[in-house]
Parts: sequence; structure tokens; C-alpha cells
Amino acid sequence: MATQSATLDVNGEAREFQGDPRQTLLDFLRLDLKLTGTKKGCDHGQCGACTVIVNGRRINSCLSLAIMHDGDQITTIEGIGTPENLAAIQRAFVSHDGFQCGYCTPGQICSATAMLKELAAGWPSAVTEAVADTPAPSDKELRERMSGNLCRCGAYSNIIAAIREVMQSEKGT
Amino acid sequence: MSDSYDTPDQRNLLDQTAQGVIGQPLARPEGALKVCGQATYAAEHDLRGCAEGVLVGATIGCGRVVRIHRDEVLAMPGVLAIYADQAMLRRNAQGTAGEAPIQDVATVDYYGQPVALVVAESFEQATAAAKALRVDYDVTTDADFDPAEVEYETSEEPDELGDLDRAMNEAAFSIDRTFTTAAHNSAAMEPHASIADWDGSNLTLYGSFQMLKYNVKELADSVDVAEKNVRILSPYIGGGFGSKLGISHDAASAALAARDLGRPVRVTLTRQQVFETITRRSETRQRLRLACDQEGRLTGIGHEAWVTNLPDEGFAEPVTQATKFLYAGQNRRLALAVGRVHLTTAGSVRAPGEAVGMQVLEAAMDEMAEAAGIDPVEFRKRNLPAELPGEGLPYSSRMLSEALDTGARSFGWEQRHPHPCQRREGEWWIGMGVASAARVNILSKAEARVTLRADGRVLVESDQTDLGTGSYAILGQIAAEMLGVPIDRTDVALGDSDLPAGSGSGGSWGATSTGSAVFHACEAIRANLAHKLGVDADDLRLKDGLANGRPVTDLLDRDLVETGRIEPGKTMKDYSQASYGAFFCEAAVNAFTGETRVRRMTGAFGFGRVLNAKTARSQCLGGMVWGIGSALTEAMEFDHRTGRLMTHDLAEYHVPVHRDVPAIEVILLEERDAAASPLQAKGVGELGICGAAGAVASAIYNACGVRLHSFPMTPDKLAKRLPDPFGV
Repeated sequence: MATQSATLDVNGEAREFQGDPRQTLLDFLRLDLKLTGTKKGCDHGQCGACTVIVNGRRINSCLSLAIMHDGDQITTIEGIGTPENLAAIQRAFVSHDGFQCGYCTPGQICSATAMLKELAAGWPSAVTEAVADTPAPSDKELRERMSGNLCRCGAYSNIIAAIREVMQSEKGT
Repeated sequence: MSDSYDTPDQRNLLDQTAQGVIGQPLARPEGALKVCGQATYAAEHDLRGCAEGVLVGATIGCGRVVRIHRDEVLAMPGVLAIYADQAMLRRNAQGTAGEAPIQDVATVDYYGQPVALVVAESFEQATAAAKALRVDYDVTTDADFDPAEVEYETSEEPDELGDLDRAMNEAAFSIDRTFTTAAHNSAAMEPHASIADWDGSNLTLYGSFQMLKYNVKELADSVDVAEKNVRILSPYIGGGFGSKLGISHDAASAALAARDLGRPVRVTLTRQQVFETITRRSETRQRLRLACDQEGRLTGIGHEAWVTNLPDEGFAEPVTQATKFLYAGQNRRLALAVGRVHLTTAGSVRAPGEAVGMQVLEAAMDEMAEAAGIDPVEFRKRNLPAELPGEGLPYSSRMLSEALDTGARSFGWEQRHPHPCQRREGEWWIGMGVASAARVNILSKAEARVTLRADGRVLVESDQTDLGTGSYAILGQIAAEMLGVPIDRTDVALGDSDLPAGSGSGGSWGATSTGSAVFHACEAIRANLAHKLGVDADDLRLKDGLANGRPVTDLLDRDLVETGRIEPGKTMKDYSQASYGAFFCEAAVNAFTGETRVRRMTGAFGFGRVLNAKTARSQCLGGMVWGIGSALTEAMEFDHRTGRLMTHDLAEYHVPVHRDVPAIEVILLEERDAAASPLQAKGVGELGICGAAGAVASAIYNACGVRLHSFPMTPDKLAKRLPDPFGV
């Protein structure tokens, strides 16, 4: 199969894609760029473990081909924080035990990061009562908006607590 | 000192040590790595020249492979080889097997079973080639795929006491109900994956496993090398829940291909392959007979279960395990029968036995309490036996009554209407339910090494695994507490089969077993330090790096290294041991559609000493989420004509998502159980699921008045039996 090329901005760094056009963005990140923080849980857009942020929006990177992202800005978990310099949401996940096995965690964190911006921008969800108004950040809204990210360990309540802590601290600043 | 735990260690040493870290809700030490995506899981190890393997699954349910059209696929770009080796695994290994499972993939035992491995330079090439591979089969036309259509044989001698039939006849109140539960998949978020790398005759396998000491034996036996030539690395595991107890198809096929190709090979199961080929929890049929007198005292308990597995599998879901010890009743019959079907291998899925046995027992107890006209909390408390029925053994410790009371208070149980259809909010019926939690407690042989370094740091080493259970956290806390070292001066290395053999993770025994080995290693170090100080071990006080006030480093001219061990002994036979708890659930049932939403849940649990209140709470929380899934959504649905699993991915097999899980309250009851372990701790990893779905079922009944006897309680089952939504 003919190789094709693209240039992606991954966590602020220009990265060349040159290869099999069948390669998903997920496999490009994991196998070629060795950015294995983005996880493969189902490869079918059903679990959310592979969530990354592309041009500010969260997507399932398993449902997208790397070749489609020429010029796109991609943020993966590695671009959100490091063990030495955790982002606020990462610190909150640790302190609230918003994970157990840790496999869905990068996806939850990327998803939550973009979700909070969607909420702040007034995007409605399936549970928003009045879509013209800014949705209230209720637990129901948070849960609905995070439902694309499965956690088999069942850390859901702790994840919501972690997200809520970040929302409150951002409100305070 | 004997390693066998024969007499309860009543010293409660961990209550006398001074560091104050045991039990504390400390964050997981590996947490920062996990939230940054820096924890390396099985498929993520970066090996130079790694080839990619993709398994090909059978498209028949039973039969033989007669031809594999290799040539057309070998000609595809990048394809390196196709394997259909006799040593490849037809089934995965059961927990603690310690030997190769059934091999040879030329025979097909179930739909989706791996029949070949395609290896190529890239994942895309291997995936395309695996998809293109044509396989001809000789189909067995009379194979059994339907649990409803097969004969069942008694799995073991029924456990009988007194005369249950007579107790039923003479009872003031009795119920006789047959329930069904669906088959379940563990569905851990990380699919099974292995990277095999040979160096001469030595195999290193990066995998995702729960019990390395057994997994080494299983893998060595499968690929026919000596155990000493096999090393397994499994530092981080993306969930297990039983599915990674034994080795699976990925491990053996990666090892065989890598040996043949002379380069590393990675094999990752697809999500569909995880569902189709990894051990399922058997569906069950369960007949519950309960009899009680006028005062609501149980006089008889019958619990008979029918489960399935493939031919030649020894595992049968031990459905009645907790019924044996939970409630009183002098006339008893517990029985288990197994039928043989050509469906995915049945094996251990989180809390084998209790997970589905308890939810049914507890749903039946709710019906019995109602029949006797007694509050279901009170009814349970009234039926706690003084000793193990029929055997007279004492209970090591049992916080069930306290859990029921504490949970009821915190949940607001007194607000429950005793009769259904009493509370309506808009189009929703609201109800409350309760259930007991119980899970047997087991100690397992374990070994761990502890080093008190000359610089005062502590290192704990074991091949123990951490599936998200908290092993890294609690093993460090035990050592820090015992040796009086701040937690940030404690390191824990796990998940390497070259390290001393821990118990492995399964059966809720990892923390107590490997933790006890760490405890014993620390005791030996403490004895050494006491000797150096010239004091009795009892007079040794270790805190913040000081030994009786002196810097411990002053006493050390070299590292102190000790290996601790424990083996199950007489305490396992002298006491009935289990962890206990209680679940409370408020559910809303849609009066028109039958959709059920769990609105809130409370769980109160007693499992001996809490080693880390944060990770223990998370275990309970996760178990209750599984309970919600088991109650409402999770079901493996097979096509009984072909044996094909129709719910083979996360879009069709419905694990609970964020929106399905309300605020859950977890109450940890302080308890000490010296018979369980020298830590006075019992297992907690599975307790949270054991009975939880029963509380949901009872809440559904209390809401809308419909008693279903079929889990999961999906809207289609409920809707047709709902009362007139306008009639009340």
C-alpha cells in the first residue's frame, strides 16, 4: 500500500506521519510516537480509553486515521501533565482515587478536560432541561457528559468528585 | 517459625506500632504514573524489531479445522508467518492451574476460539491478513449450545442437613422460587496482551496477569521449556477480575511465534476476542427454598444451582458457597449441577460463587421477609446462626448485624414503605431494598522480601500483582508501619516473576496473604534491630526512622534483608471465615417503560483491619458498580443455534457507565480478625459485589411491585408486568 504523509502537532511538537494510511491516530500515537499513555480498550469507539483532544475537541482516536490529521493540534495525556508536574485534574484524580487499574484514566482525564470547556461554553447535553440556557453543572450533567468513558473498576463516583474539585478550584481563581 | 498459620495471632502488633500509616487513606504510590499515562501496561513495552500478531477466531461453534488457506495470505504485504500450532491454546488456563490448559487449535470447542495466528511487520498488515485468512471446517452438527437443552450432572455431593422437604411442609411461611442469572464477562478495560522476547532458550514475556507464579508454570508447560527459563513481567495490569488468573491465547501464541521468527512478537486480543475467548461466568439457574416459623426464624434453606461449562473443564461456578454459612436453618440442601455446552470456557469472574449466588439468595430473603411480615433488615438479623450450621465451627468474626444497623441508619431505611407502589415521583416509582454481603475469606501461600537499606529506606519485593486493587499501596504501608519508616521512604516492586512468589491476586486473598508475608519479613527485621539495641522485641519502638530514639541508620552497617512467608494452616479449618456487609439501594422504575435507575446506594462492610481506607473503599465502590451491572444490564447472549456470542463488545455487553452510577456511600467498619491473618485483616476485593444486585432487585419490587426472578432486570422484562401507570 502506498505510504502517505502528514504533519501533526502532537503536544506542541511537529510530528511526521509517514506510513500505512490504514493506521489509526491511536496506533500512530502508541506504536510510532511511543506515546502509550493513550490506551486501546476496544478499538471501536465504545470505551473512550483512547480519548485525545484534537483542535480543542475530544475524540476517540481509534475511530480516526492518522492521515486525516495533517495540521491538527493534538493533545494527549502526555501533554496534560507529568508525574513531576501534575495538572490540577491529575492531582484531583490521585487524591480522590479516581481510578484503580489506571487503564481508562488517561481517557477519562482527556475527556474531562475537554468536557469542562464544552460545559463552560454552554453546549447542551442529552439531560440538559432547557437547551437555550447555560447548563447547570449538576452531577447528572457531568455523568451524562462523561458516559463515553467506561471504567470497569467502577471508580465513577470518585472521578466525578475529582472533576468537581477542579471545577470548584477554577471557579475560585 | 512455621509458615503455616495455625493459631490466631492475637498480639495485634499493628495496633501497637507507632508509625501510624496502617489503614490511612493514602493515595496510591503509582498514582502519578497512572494519571500521566506513564505506567507501562503489557502491550506498551518498546522492543526493537517487534512483529505484530493477530489471532484468527473460528467461525463455527464446534468441529475441526480441515484446511487453512495459507498461501494467499502469506503473499500479502508484510506477512511473516501463519501459525496453527498444536501448542497454541484452545482454552485459557483456569485460576491457579499451574499447567498448560487444553491446547491444539485444530479442534474447535467454541465459537471465536483462536485457530491461527497471523504475524506481520505492522499491526495494519497483520489485521488485514488475519481478516483475509480463509479456514475450512468440518462442523460438528449435533453440538450443544443451549444451557436449557442439556443434561446436568451433580458436580459434587450435595450438602444435606435434616429434612428440608419436611421443613417446607411444616413451615408457617415458605417460598419456593427459581431464578436465573445471565453469563458475565470480566471486561477489564485492558485487553489481554503479551509481548514475547527470546534470548536463546530464555523467554521474557511482558503480559497482563494476576498470578505470576502459576502463570510461569502454565506458559513454560505450554511452550515446553523449563520454568527457570521463563520470566514474566506484569508491573501494571489494566484490570483483571478473574480474567487474567491464568494465561490466555495471546501468551502462548506470542511465545511460539517469537521463538520461530527469532524476534519479539506482540499479540493483543481484540475486544471481541476478549468476550469470545476469555473465561465467562456461567449463567445460572437457581432454586431457592426458604422455610420459617411464626417468629420469622428460618427452619430450612434449599439452594440448588445449575451451571454450565465446556466438556473436560473442572470448574463449576460455586453458587451456594455463602449459603452454607450465612443464615440459620437446621434443614438444608445445597446442591450444584453442571451441564456441558460448547460455549466460551466458564471460570472465575470477580467473586465466583457469591457474585450470583448471593444476589439470588438475598432476593429470595426479601420475599421470605415479606411473606413472614417482618422488616427485611430485622429478618436477616434474626437469622444469624451462632455457629456454622451442621459443623459447629465458630465464626472468626462477623460484622453483619453491625453492617445492617449502621447501613440502615446512614441510608435512612426507616423511610422505606413496607409495601410496594407507595412512592411515586412523576413517572417514576421509587423503592428501597436491602441485602447482606458475604464472601468467603481465604489465606493463600505467599512469600515476600523486605530490605531495610543501610540508608534507612525500605524496599518490599514480591511477584504479587496490582490489578488496581491497591497492592502497591498496602504492602508499602504494612512495611512502613512495621519498620517505623515514613511512607515516602518506602518502595514497592511487584509484578516480576523473578521476585519472591506472592499469593497472586484472586479470591480477595492478595492483600492478606502477601501482606502477611511482608509482615513476617518485617518481624524478622524488627527482631534483628531489637537484638542490635539489646532490647526485647516487645520493647522496640520504631518511628520516623528512629529505633527507641536512635537513628536506625546508626544500627545498620549493611542492608538487612529478610524473606517472610505464610501458608494457610489450622485457622482456615478451625473457623468459618468470611467478610460481611450490607447493601442499601434506592431505585426508580419508570412506570411506563420499565427502565430502572439506581438513585443512591449505601454499603457498610466489615472485613477485619482496613489496610488503606482509600483503596479499600474503592474496592467496595467498584464491587457495588458491578452489582448494578449484574442487576440491570450485563448479559452475555449466545445464539443457541450456532454458539455465537451476540454481545461480544462493549456496545452490546452493557457494563455500567457514569450515568448508571449514582452517589455511592461506603462505610468501613473497624474490625480485627486474628484468625484470618496476623494483620487481623480479611479480603475485600470482591465483597462489594456479593449480594449488591439483590438490594437492587428488592428496591425494584418495593418501587413498582414486580418480583422478577431473572437477572438482569431489563426494561423488556419489567414493562410487561408493571401496574397501570395511571391506576394509583
